[in-house]
Amino acid sequence: MAAVCLSEAEKLYIVHGVQEDLRVDGRGCEDYRCAEVETDVVSNTSGSARVKLGHTDILVGVKAEMGTPKLEKPDEGYLEFFVDCSANATPEFEGRGGEELGTEIANTLYRVFSSEGSVDLKSLCINPREHCWVLYVDVLLLECGGNLFDAISIAVKAALFNTRIPKVRVLEDEEGSKEIELSDDPYDCIRLNVDDVPCIVTLSKIGYRHVVDATLQEEACSLASLLIAVTSKGALTCMKKIGKGSLDPESIFEMMETGKRVGKALHIALQKILDEEESLGTTRQKVGFLG
Amino acid sequence: MAAVAMRLPVARKAVAPSGSRGDEKHLVAPGDTITTDTGYMRGHGTYVDEEKLIASVAGAVERVNKLVCVKALKTRYNGEVGDIVVGRITEVQQKRWKVETNSRLDSVLLLSSMNLPGGELRRRSAEDELAMRDYLQEGDLISAEVQSVFSDGAVSLHTRSLKYGKLGQGVLVQVSPSLVKRQKTHFHDLPCGASVILGNNGFIWIYPTTEQKDEEAGGFTTNLEPVPLSDREVISRLRNCIVALATQKLMLFDTSILYCYEASLSHQIKDILKPEVMEEIVLETRQRLLDLEG
Repeated sequence: MAAVCLSEAEKLYIVHGVQEDLRVDGRGCEDYRCAEVETDVVSNTSGSARVKLGHTDILVGVKAEMGTPKLEKPDEGYLEFFVDCSANATPEFEGRGGEELGTEIANTLYRVFSSEGSVDLKSLCINPREHCWVLYVDVLLLECGGNLFDAISIAVKAALFNTRIPKVRVLEDEEGSKEIELSDDPYDCIRLNVDDVPCIVTLSKIGYRHVVDATLQEEACSLASLLIAVTSKGALTCMKKIGKGSLDPESIFEMMETGKRVGKALHIALQKILDEEESLGTTRQKVGFLG
Repeated sequence: MAAVAMRLPVARKAVAPSGSRGDEKHLVAPGDTITTDTGYMRGHGTYVDEEKLIASVAGAVERVNKLVCVKALKTRYNGEVGDIVVGRITEVQQKRWKVETNSRLDSVLLLSSMNLPGGELRRRSAEDELAMRDYLQEGDLISAEVQSVFSDGAVSLHTRSLKYGKLGQGVLVQVSPSLVKRQKTHFHDLPCGASVILGNNGFIWIYPTTEQKDEEAGGFTTNLEPVPLSDREVISRLRNCIVALATQKLMLFDTSILYCYEASLSHQIKDILKPEVMEEIVLETRQRLLDLEG
């Protein structure tokens, strides 16, 4: 990952600051940086979102394609994740440099979305055992400024909220052969219920305390972080430890509590902004990439 | 209490030009024709095509007699002798350190062009060479002066003064080198209670003001005592103010930073980075700077 190199004194300054609940940019331990969320930024996707969190810049596109359901779940559609680390983010990602990180993030996303009920997969089924919608969720890292996982999960949720899947009907003739008919009206589409889609909250242990939304500099001072996927109701769906350091059980519980609390606030803020954007409808001036 | 702020992006507004006194700059984008007159000389940031002088970077046109240059707004650092820079050690080599200074090539700091701890004056021996990593190791920040510029543009630094040397606790902010105003001094003890080093290379170091300058140590021992909370608040506020000024492309020097700091006092430290607050305080700063000029 894009890592920065700091001197011992700089690290010490950050660690002491976290202990006093005043981080380098003036935030407290449980504050997020100001995030910008915009959906529907890529026209040739079913749903897309772009999230900027400080210097972290994420673009997510969701493309719905028709496929066959998996054998073990014949009446459900499924999600596929792919993470692309652009060499624009850091030169280290050039060539195959970003592959490892990309797979790690994609695997995490699979785990986060593996819990039942995060997305209503049954609604993606068209025709049991034969046809279903496959949602290809493509994540593109445009800039790395720390806290990738949280920003990506926010962007994925926003993109899923924005996703519109055309309505199809299955017609069956006398001989039993089936035909799929697409609705003529382009606005006739189904939308996903994203109420239970979890967001990831990363808690980085710095010194004796933990912080959310660590910058690159703060990540360099942290030996271990805990990744928690929280739903809007505060339910914890997935947990993962990253980093080479160890965490003691007591602090893990503390971090889980903080994660749930922050996660709920995160969901409320995200839902509010998504609803606000929705209410503006087509009158809103799109900013996109040139703003 | 957890605070999560999200917003919709807003398109950046074009702020009205500040210069009402008729000193509007000639701004060009890459590919723009600067002049069709053939009597001019081609300087940095320009090229000649079909007898026209064309800009190769985005920035302001500068003319010195017949020489036309374009000074880019966003650029890497081009070293000049006498500049004050802040840099980060990336490599320890034989008799020299490699220093990252935001220029196209890594700068070098020779073992012979620095003060030994204790200010001893002697030839550097093999023992000194072996102890180089004890003085400065990878990741350490230093302030230094540009001693010379090589023909390929690489910079050689020196720290032969007690002003320069290893930096201790504080915060580094990176901005474009073109935003740092050239001044007599780049070390400032601001009256708000912190000090800044405005490196010509766009690296800005903010650190707590120390009462007594430790003379005999020669700047190689770092104070690892925790910085008091009051100093931290000032440093964080200054940091956010400098980030705000840099995003709104205002020149950075002691007065502009101080005015911005004063304008920001009515806001919480973490709120300074919100776009609307940022715009407000930077506009106030600009107005005060214009009033100052008269």
